[in-house]
Amino acid sequence: MKAKGRVFKYKDNVDTDVIIPARYLNTFDPQELAAHCLEDLDPEFSQRVQAGDIIVAGKNFGCGSSREHAPLAIKTAKVSCVIAATFARIFYRNAINIGLPILESPEAAAGTEAGDELEVDFDQGKIVNLTKGQVFQAQPFPEFMQKIMAAEGLINHIKAESKW
Amino acid sequence: MGMTMSQKILAAHAGKGEVRPGELLEANLDLVLGNDVTTPVAINEFHKTGYTQVFDGEKIAIVPDHFTPNKDLKAAEQCKMVREFAHQMGIANYFEVGAMGIEHCLIPEQGLAVPGDLIIGADSHTCTYGALGAFSTGVGSTDMAAGMATGRLWFKVPSALKFVLKNQPAPWVSGKDIILHIIGQIGVDGALYKSMEFMGDGLAHLSMDDRFTIANMAIEAGAKNGIFMVDAKTIAYVKEHSTKAYRIYEPDADAVYDEEYELDLSTLRPTVAFPHLPANTKTIDEVEDIQIDQVVIGSCTNGRLSDLRTAAGILKGKKVKKGVRVLVFPGTQRIYLQALREGIIEDLVTAGAVVSTPTCGPCLGGHMGILARGERAVSTTNRNFVGRMGHPESEVYLASPAVAAASALTGKITDPAQV
Ligand code: SF4
Repeated sequence: MKAKGRVFKYKDNVDTDVIIPARYLNTFDPQELAAHCLEDLDPEFSQRVQAGDIIVAGKNFGCGSSREHAPLAIKTAKVSCVIAATFARIFYRNAINIGLPILESPEAAAGTEAGDELEVDFDQGKIVNLTKGQVFQAQPFPEFMQKIMAAEGLINHIKAESKW
Repeated sequence: MGMTMSQKILAAHAGKGEVRPGELLEANLDLVLGNDVTTPVAINEFHKTGYTQVFDGEKIAIVPDHFTPNKDLKAAEQCKMVREFAHQMGIANYFEVGAMGIEHCLIPEQGLAVPGDLIIGADSHTCTYGALGAFSTGVGSTDMAAGMATGRLWFKVPSALKFVLKNQPAPWVSGKDIILHIIGQIGVDGALYKSMEFMGDGLAHLSMDDRFTIANMAIEAGAKNGIFMVDAKTIAYVKEHSTKAYRIYEPDADAVYDEEYELDLSTLRPTVAFPHLPANTKTIDEVEDIQIDQVVIGSCTNGRLSDLRTAAGILKGKKVKKGVRVLVFPGTQRIYLQALREGIIEDLVTAGAVVSTPTCGPCLGGHMGILARGERAVSTTNRNFVGRMGHPESEVYLASPAVAAASALTGKITDPAQV
């Protein structure tokens, strides 16, 4: 699995309240969530984002509430991948479970700026910054998680593995 | 290799003698929880699994608490969807308005969480039940769907931090001050992916309500779960509230912890988290003149009876500062009723506070107390992120019920010892 896109860059501790504010949680319509994605942090995000773009952030991305609306809003905004120095654990689970590709790499987070173009190879965990001509190595997912990602989420995985 | 409490509970539920940090496993669940925001998404995913029945209607609990009593039309539709699903699937523990409370106050009160349980909830503060010696962790809606369908879920075995609490807390130092102090020390990702395990002789001085408050905010340090050693107080609580079988897990003598922290509770001070991070803490002595517009007392962190008692103790016979809006949210109907019987509600209302039916309300900027641009609140809730209680330019200061009540009297953040 591969992705290529322009970078939107954010700081440490981007929480789920700014990814999708609670005032929009009275619906779970993905398009409506995507329209308000990151609104309190970057009001223009939903207008500027293009299919394939990549979010790069500092540590503890997605901290706070367990709302799956957060990765869902990002995925529906057609972001191809989120790279962060570290992820908050519920966001990490949710992203895998709904099939939003994510990678942890403190080096890539530090060495990337807004507007850079990145190419990402998920199987190898390789991140290439095409703008800066740099290569970063992230930990690829364990096989168990790769299977869930390949099935595009936990639900399909459960369907496929009826032994559950 | 010795195991922590959390590791032992995971091992037991995965049918394994031993587990190691980092290991991925599938484990059997004792309880699957959801609310009115996360359950609709889970129901959608559940239907996609192809399963037509839940694994066990007795082991699922659904509590509509975030936008209830229905805040608006969309919230009403979400609650209706959840209600119908619960009915269809024979989910015994669905709590309608009138029986409901804020989920993390309600579940222990209903006896649905006991020591040794493995619990998941599609709500990040599901870690609250660690106060009872359960392994309890917040997950997403897809996890909830998988849990409802199969009764099982994947877990990565966490490593752990050990917190040894010593001595009796100083005056006006509550569970809230202890956990704010810890988060201030280790940061909002200080326990990322890890368990926080609490033990030590200081536990004997902490009520169950204090422990619920501490476990509740483990997630604010990024933890997977927080868990307390079980003692006589835990057992007394469980016997009073539950008939479920329980099991006590203690850490092995050679259990491995990533870090060990010792806290002398007698040296702590009331602690306040400034905007916009729970780790942005100051002791009450370091707080300068912070004028406030609103005080919120309640939530899954501090909406329990002892919290309301503390607040009423400070407000009784006095008046809240003119111009300050003071909102009180009892955690459950039972807490509300008990507070009514003890005269707490009367003391609060006479002082000029309003008392609501149980709801998450302003805690997540949902309804019943949203902040306007530039407004400030002192709140006993657990998060003060940008926009958490309303406008992105409003501010939330997290504090104990005692500090919140004292601040209600003066209109600025105040040491309860000073009023
Ligand atoms: S009271 Fe606040 S933190 Fe607790 S469950 Fe409700 S919204 Fe979440």
